[in-house]
Amino acid sequence: MIKKEEVKKVAELARLELSDKEIEGYQKDLSAILDYIEILKKVNVSGVEPTSHPNEPVNVMREDVSRGRAKDDRLIDLAPDKKERYVKVKAVFK
Amino acid sequence: MKEKDFTIVEAHKGLKNKEFSAVELCESYFKKIRKKDKDVSAFLNVTEKEALSDARKADEVIARNKDFPLLAGIPCAIKDNILVEGVKCTAASKMLENYVAPYDATVVRKLKKEGAVIIGKTNMDEFAMGTSTENSAFFPTKNPYDLTRVAGGSSGGPAASVAVDECVYSLGSDTGGSIRLPSSFCGVAGLKPTYGSVSRYGLIAFGSSFDQIGPMAKTVEDVQAVFDIIKGRDPFDATSVDFKEGDSKVDIKKLKIGVPKEYFQKGIDKKIEEKVKEAIKKYEDMGAKVVEISLPHTGISLAVYYIISPSEASANLARYDGIRYGYSNRDGGDLMDIYFKSKGKGFGPEVRRRIILGTYALSSGYYDAYYLRAQKVRTLVKKDFEDAFKKVDVIMCPVSPVLPFKLGEKTEDPLAMYLADVYTVSLNLAGLPGLSLPAGEADGLPVGLQIIGNSFEDKKILEVGKLLNG
Repeated sequence: MIKKEEVKKVAELARLELSDKEIEGYQKDLSAILDYIEILKKVNVSGVEPTSHPNEPVNVMREDVSRGRAKDDRLIDLAPDKKERYVKVKAVFK
Repeated sequence: MKEKDFTIVEAHKGLKNKEFSAVELCESYFKKIRKKDKDVSAFLNVTEKEALSDARKADEVIARNKDFPLLAGIPCAIKDNILVEGVKCTAASKMLENYVAPYDATVVRKLKKEGAVIIGKTNMDEFAMGTSTENSAFFPTKNPYDLTRVAGGSSGGPAASVAVDECVYSLGSDTGGSIRLPSSFCGVAGLKPTYGSVSRYGLIAFGSSFDQIGPMAKTVEDVQAVFDIIKGRDPFDATSVDFKEGDSKVDIKKLKIGVPKEYFQKGIDKKIEEKVKEAIKKYEDMGAKVVEISLPHTGISLAVYYIISPSEASANLARYDGIRYGYSNRDGGDLMDIYFKSKGKGFGPEVRRRIILGTYALSSGYYDAYYLRAQKVRTLVKKDFEDAFKKVDVIMCPVSPVLPFKLGEKTEDPLAMYLADVYTVSLNLAGLPGLSLPAGEADGLPVGLQIIGNSFEDKKILEVGKLLNG
């Protein structure tokens, strides 16, 4: 059974705010799912390479040439907080 | 104009013979949506203005040319995790409730080039995480065959809208079965293409090594017509591949069909088993040879998927931090508060569940035991199929172990919901193409047959699929 502290720690890593009730709920769900996943431990994987992609991953390159600047501000328009053509962020350092 | 349920081929003929214009066709579909969608709830957004503009452009092309593209003037619906420029794209989440797409997905650009008419954005499970479309932050989509039952997920909206003819075809996405399962539940045809055959540029990412966009339509012929337009290598998607289609002619008398014994051992509804076996028998009657095969890692595929996909999702969803776009919660004091509260309030429960599971599986101390181990077992799943395709040409099996279930039936137990993916996830692990096509009904509910092909043999499984109801 995964501990409450572990759920809290993981939520912190994921920058996810959870209420105490939600933490309890996810603790139960996660424990059930992780119990199910235990069957993975029984498989013999010695000498088996991991697969990260169905096809052989190949680096895809292109010429390092600029395609020019954006013609309009639609990306900036999507930002919740902005000033002129800048996206505003609260202070990173205190 | 005469109201009927059009296939792409039929609608194209009608436009060519000037029986109706693209604008008239488009308006007839708006009428159908207005009549039926209050029951089915397939659409999140009906884009009347844009669709009519598309239709007028198509009418100009049709007026000037004797021959015009097959998809010109034909109304389609797009799953709301695929970007259509200038239109809201929500991924059925409060996180993106007011997000307006700044560009077209490559597949949308390709459809528009043909003169397609995009009639609206359809409902889905939030961020494509789900098997029933009950995880949509807005409302569930109902099964057209029984409105008390689910349409399946996560492409429930695309499937249901095609089934009730609110559009002629739609685009969905499939990460663990999300095109194939709702196609089966709604009695339509749907293709999850080989990984890399269709560009993911403009698809809101969930599991980057699994996601594929695919067509859904009333017939396999229509699915093939759309696939032929959207497929192809895209310089904007580094995982998309230039592929050769190989031998397209299918000689049914030389076809070897593999039937995996593990798929019929336990947990499957007997009525589904019966219908699927009936469909396979039809191929046998046509002259094909049916061979029993073994896919030994079938039972474990679900566990592999439910470690790797949440892990990839936890990385892909980190971007929704309330800074550059999307829901931003400014209740708290500092930058950290924005992150915590935007994610805490913007994401629904299933999305949060998977982010936590994925972050846990990737975190220090657990990475080797869960994520890395799952990646190794993924190799074994892939090898099962490689070995099978040495003996057979295609594999046939069920899409779902259960008939469309009642709304609310599985929502209390996430694991029970995950188990519905048991026949679909292994294809996403191996990157193989899978076609779901209607194979009849049981208890008045649709049953789908799944045809699995080898890598980049999408055309072969489509050709085989066309033979079933033709």
